[in-house]
Amino acid sequence: MATHQPLPDQPPPISQRGWLRWLREHLFSTWYNSVLTVVIGYWLISTFVPLINWAFIQAVFTGDGADACNPDGACWVFVEQRLGFFIYGFYPAEFRWRPNLVFALFALSVVPQFLPLPTTIRKWLAIFGITGLPLAAYFLIAGGHFGLESVPTSRWGGLMLTLILAYVGILAALPIGILLALGRRSEMPVIRGICVVFIEFWRAVPLITILFMASVMLPLFLPDGVTFDKLLRALVGITLFQSAYMAEVVRGGLQAIPRGQYEAAEALGLGYWRRMQLIILPQALKIVIPGIANTVISLFKDTTLVLIIGLFDLLGAVKSTLSDPAWSNVMAEGYLFVAFCFWVFCFGMSRYSHRLEKQLETGHRN
Amino acid sequence: MQQTETGLEPESVASPVESVARDEAIIQVDDLNKWFGDFHVLKSLNLDVRKGERIVICGPSGSGKSTFIRCINHLEAHQRGRITVDGVELNEDVKNIEAIRREVGMVFQHFNLFPHLSVLENCLLAPIWVRKTPRNEAIETGMHYLERVRIPDQAHKYPGQLSGGQQQRVAIARALCMQPKIMLFDEPTSALDPEMIKEVLDVMVELAGSGMTMLCVTHEMGFAKTVADRVIFMDGGEIVETAAPGDFFTNPQQPRTREFLEQILQH
Repeated sequence: MATHQPLPDQPPPISQRGWLRWLREHLFSTWYNSVLTVVIGYWLISTFVPLINWAFIQAVFTGDGADACNPDGACWVFVEQRLGFFIYGFYPAEFRWRPNLVFALFALSVVPQFLPLPTTIRKWLAIFGITGLPLAAYFLIAGGHFGLESVPTSRWGGLMLTLILAYVGILAALPIGILLALGRRSEMPVIRGICVVFIEFWRAVPLITILFMASVMLPLFLPDGVTFDKLLRALVGITLFQSAYMAEVVRGGLQAIPRGQYEAAEALGLGYWRRMQLIILPQALKIVIPGIANTVISLFKDTTLVLIIGLFDLLGAVKSTLSDPAWSNVMAEGYLFVAFCFWVFCFGMSRYSHRLEKQLETGHRN
Repeated sequence: MQQTETGLEPESVASPVESVARDEAIIQVDDLNKWFGDFHVLKSLNLDVRKGERIVICGPSGSGKSTFIRCINHLEAHQRGRITVDGVELNEDVKNIEAIRREVGMVFQHFNLFPHLSVLENCLLAPIWVRKTPRNEAIETGMHYLERVRIPDQAHKYPGQLSGGQQQRVAIARALCMQPKIMLFDEPTSALDPEMIKEVLDVMVELAGSGMTMLCVTHEMGFAKTVADRVIFMDGGEIVETAAPGDFFTNPQQPRTREFLEQILQH
């Protein structure tokens, strides 16, 4: 009697494997999906082939001036030639090593957050990023101390200014927002009232109005001789505006924490601030990481509004060079460059928030 | 800890003597009244708890038994009457409330572990931040109590990774790490699957054997029979009957108590 021999595994038929199967399942499963695939495929090809051709293949990347450019391709020479202005604004060229050093320190604290390094190292670099870095940035960029020549804020500009506005805005708006959120849930009517009024006021006014008020109206109310730096005024305006948004995001998280957490913390004898610091906020902030990332990203992009009060952030710097008669028809290149810069930073923030969410996951559902 | 011992003396002199054990009482409740809006939840409750006494509070749902023990560590504020815990009278003063909470551990129906901290960190938090215990010492105490509730091997897991029974045992260990003088249990087994009730009750029985003062709201009548010194039956916000478990289960005095016992002991 023949003993049983197991049959060898055979590969599935050709239509059931590899990319063919994938195509069938995802793109051509029914007749209308097939039609959609063809239409969208045609649209993609007819848009992106010329775009890639223009932006890369026909484009000129280096050269001496507008003459080097090819009329059928992108003129990246424009960006290359004006890069210094886009990054530093009117910051004196001989002192540009100072913002460069700040950029390096910034990279030192931010880039490792995306690398598989031990948590303690990343933690300390992050702490440096929110404490030492702003201080170092102030002394280096503003100057006036330690033998560094002072550079007035009216000469700051470009990407450097955008990053300063966004970084300080985020750093200040988050803690203020947390305090406002806690205050709005306070049992003390006066504190609650103040926080509600503050949040509702700042949230109801457009940022553009706030910036106008800060730059045009505020000096009228101040006594003679008292002047605030224009950049500082813009920073205060942005911070207060964003902290109101941040407060509502954080409040959403606070409301999601079950009552039992508050009670357990109270029953252990922890005081109010310890309860918030150790129990409530770590959980509430974790829940609202997507919301915080959202607010932070929108803050980053909102900094471009300082253009209207005469500060030359990245967008302002690019925009102002577009009217230069030496360069014609470089509008698309200029705006694409701005869009690309913003995308890099915003996408980075988005990735970081995803990473944080994963890292803080402890497998608990409340 | 010293502060509370000294705190006992003036109180024991000041309070009127009405029961034999008054001067030994670690918890004194006099004419406790509480309202939720217009609803009178607790009606003139009086209770003295001796040091080391184990009291089980039972009653139908809505009878105010949970609210009652939650008043003892001021998770609920009362509107009339006096509660004195370990010589300190509860009032609205935050310092007073926190002083009492340091000496009173609480275990909740839904465990209420801190999900963002590991089991051990849950146990370390209060000793380190409230008692200011050095971290090493707190870890030692924490592991000691985790061993007592028989889950030292889970110390570095997160609460979300444990079963309900394990979580409740961690909650007991967390409360014990503060080395409280009194433990309050608010229906500690009601949210557990039947096969996990025993592991939690075993821990509680052992704790009762160690001389801890315990107030326990529970429907576990077996537990009441084995460990309670007194069983209190509450209904409609009042203490209907107080008796030793022997008398309570075999010879209840009040018809309402009999009715309740018939309901729960039938099956």
